[in-house]
Amino acid sequence: MNDLAAAFSQAASLLLGFDEDLMEIIGLSLRVSFMAVGLAVLLGLPLGAAVALYRFPGRTVLGALLNAFMGLPPVVVGLVVYLMLSRAGPLGVLGLLFTPAAMILAQCLLVLPIVAALSAQIVADLSEEYDEQLRSLAAGPGQRLVTLLWDGRFSLMTAVLAGFGRAIAEVGAVMIVGGNIAHSTRVMTTAIALETSKGNLALALGLGLVLIAIALGVNLAALALRDAARPRHG
Amino acid sequence: MGVSILPLRLEGVTFEADGKRLIDGVTFDLRPGTRSVILGPNGAGKSLLLRLCHGLIRPSGGEVSWDAPRGTEVSHRQAMVFQRPVLLRRSAAANVAYPLRLRGVPARERGERVAEALALAGLSAQAKQAARSLSGGEQQRLAIARAWVMAPEVLFLDEPTANLDPAAARAIEALIDGVHASGAKIVMTTHDLGQAHRLADEILFLHRGHLLERAEATAFFSNPRTAEASAFLKGDLSW
Ligand SMILES: Nc1ncnc2c1ncn2[C@@H]1O[C@H](COP(=O)(O)OP(=O)(O)OP(=O)(O)O)[C@@H](O)[C@H]1O
Ligand SMILES: [Mg+2]
Repeated sequence: MNDLAAAFSQAASLLLGFDEDLMEIIGLSLRVSFMAVGLAVLLGLPLGAAVALYRFPGRTVLGALLNAFMGLPPVVVGLVVYLMLSRAGPLGVLGLLFTPAAMILAQCLLVLPIVAALSAQIVADLSEEYDEQLRSLAAGPGQRLVTLLWDGRFSLMTAVLAGFGRAIAEVGAVMIVGGNIAHSTRVMTTAIALETSKGNLALALGLGLVLIAIALGVNLAALALRDAARPRHG
Repeated sequence: MGVSILPLRLEGVTFEADGKRLIDGVTFDLRPGTRSVILGPNGAGKSLLLRLCHGLIRPSGGEVSWDAPRGTEVSHRQAMVFQRPVLLRRSAAANVAYPLRLRGVPARERGERVAEALALAGLSAQAKQAARSLSGGEQQRLAIARAWVMAPEVLFLDEPTANLDPAAARAIEALIDGVHASGAKIVMTTHDLGQAHRLADEILFLHRGHLLERAEATAFFSNPRTAEASAFLKGDLSW
C-alpha cells in the first residue's frame, strides 16, 4: 500500500515538474500514435466503405480478413514489420528499423483493420437507409462513398477512437521495431515495461497514469467536438 | 433540356419477391403534362410500381422504357420524392445544393437555384437549419425542393402527405401544383381519396399488384368500372 502511495506521489512530482525525459517520452508516444492513426484513417475509411459498397472480386475475403485482423497480436505485427525492415528484408535499404517511422508503420498496420472493419459496418448500415435515395439523385459510386462517409462521420469517429486506443496502448509492436532506445524510440508503453522490470514502480505507475489520462482526454475531446458539431449539422 | 423522354411505357411489367408476384402484368404509358395519380389501398404495390418506373428496381418480367434516343441520361431527367425521404446530415440549403453539386453545376448558379427552390418550398428562413431538425412537413417540402431543383422532366412522389396534418398536407399539395405549373410531369401515389380528387388529372387504380383501371379523373370518380374501385371509393375495400 505504501509503495503505491509513494509511487503516486513520485509520479505526480515528475509530471508537475515537467520532467524532461518524461515529456520527451509522452511527446513521442503521441506523435507516433497520431501519425499511425492518421494514416490508418486515410486508408481505412475509404477501404472499409469500398468493401461495404462495391462488388469486386475478393471482396468477401477482404471483409473477412479485415474482421479477423482486428485482433492481430501486436507482437506478430511487430515481427512482420521487423522482418520487412531488417537489413535482409525487402525494405531493408530504407534503414527504418529502430526509428519512429518503423513504429508508425507497425501501429498503422495494427490499427488499419480496426478502422476499416468498423467503418465497413457503419457504412453498410447507413447505405441500407441511403442507397435508393442516392441512386435516385443519380450519385455515382465515388460520390456515394464520399456522401456516406460524411454522413456517417459521428459514428465513424468511434472507429477512429477505437483505433487510437489500440495504438497508444500497445507495447509489443513498438518494442520490437523501435527497440525502446532512450531519447530515440522510447514511448510510454515500452518505458513502463522497462521501468517495471527494473523495479522502478513509481515511474512506471506515473507513466501508466499519464497514458490513461491521454486516452481519456482524447476521447473527451472527440465527444466535445461531436457535440459542438451536431446541433448545427444535424 | 432537349427532346422529351416521355412517354414512359410499361409493357407487361411484373415484379416478384420471395416467390410472390407483387406487381402482375402491368401495362400503361405516361404522357407529358398531366398529373397521374396511382391510387390504391395499402399494400397494393404503389411504391413498388413507382420504384419500377423510376428505375430503382428491375422488373422480373416485362419492360420499362423511356422514349429517349440511345445514350440519353434518363436518370438525370427525373426525380423522386420517397415515402420516407432521406435527408442528408447537413443544412437544408446544402441538401438542395447536393444534387447540383453531383452534376457539377458551378457554385454561383448553384446558389441562385438553391435559393429559388427553397423559396418555392417556403423554406427560405430555414436554409441554414440542420435538415433533420426540421418538422415532418418541412422535411417533406425540403425533399420536394431538392427534387425540383434538378429541373426534372418527370417528378415521382410516393405518398407525399402520409403522416402530415391537414394544413401541412395542403401546403404540400400547393407545392406540387407549383412544380406542375413549372412544367414537370407529376406521377404520384396516394391512398387519400380527397387528395386524388384535388390533384389528379388521371387515375391509375392499383389493387393487389394489378392495374384494374386507368381513367380520366372525373370519369373514374363518377363512374368506376370495376367492383374493387367502387368499393375503394365507398371506403369499404378490404385488402
Ligand atoms: N422486397 C420485397 N420483398 C417482399 N415483399 C415486398 C417487397 N417489397 C414490397 N413487398 C410487398 O409488396 C406489397 C406492396 O408493397 P408496396 O410498398 O408497393 O405497397 P403500397 O401500395 O405502396 O402500400 P402503402 O400504401 O402502405 O405504402 C406489400 O405487401 C409488401 O409487403
Ligand atoms: Mg407505399
